[in-house]
Amino acid sequence: MAIAAAAAVAALSTGMPAQVAPGKAFPSLGEAGLVGGPLPGTAGKVVLVDFWASWCAPCKASFPAYSRLQSAYADRGLVVVAVSVDDDASAFAAFVARLKPSFATVHDPGHKLVGVVRVPTMPTSYLVDRSGKVRFMHPGFHGEQTERELRSEIESLLDEKSAAP
Amino acid sequence: MRSLRRKLSLLAALGAAGVLLGGCSTASAVRVHPWERAALADAAMNPDRDPEGTAMTEHVYFSREAASGGRGVGGSGCGCN
Repeated sequence: MAIAAAAAVAALSTGMPAQVAPGKAFPSLGEAGLVGGPLPGTAGKVVLVDFWASWCAPCKASFPAYSRLQSAYADRGLVVVAVSVDDDASAFAAFVARLKPSFATVHDPGHKLVGVVRVPTMPTSYLVDRSGKVRFMHPGFHGEQTERELRSEIESLLDEKSAAP
Repeated sequence: MRSLRRKLSLLAALGAAGVLLGGCSTASAVRVHPWERAALADAAMNPDRDPEGTAMTEHVYFSREAASGGRGVGGSGCGCN
């Protein structure tokens, strides 16, 4: 009982929301205060949300893969949104200017969105289905393996019928 | 009346234990979250950013101490590596 009480006290003391995981609704991107670029429409779409930073080497390696996914599946309803968690907005802008990604890149100033999502590592990507629910989560980016898994998962989500009438 | 007092004191003791254990838990400790590691990811934080310099320093150190393998080698530090 004392241990249960301690756990409750510890949970209250952190005051942090639970980590977003498969099965949970992904927070609204439109209300997250994201800046740095236009946010594409995501209603009724399959959305790949990636959290990245300019100081994160695997994040840099992941961008060409996300560009390939965007070009392969955009026509069928995939939207890729890459959310930068850089402290410095100029680092975000320089990274985007250097890599010139074909998908949407936005900046999360003050870590408002990532503080709610609470990614377990950098980078982490979330595949959100047409109804806005997280279906798959990829902590880290492991090159071809991650891209192969994402392709398979994206195709399965795109094949699902839209929840919207 | 005595039973009630005992129950209250037990409850107070459990509450105090909970607060103490909660303070000891890692959840209440300061943590650097994955998205806050920009400074830690800086090249200046890498102690081996000059591999040649590190190799030379180690060569001098281990020659002087006559004990090579004291750094970066697997083992438990028991001197039996």
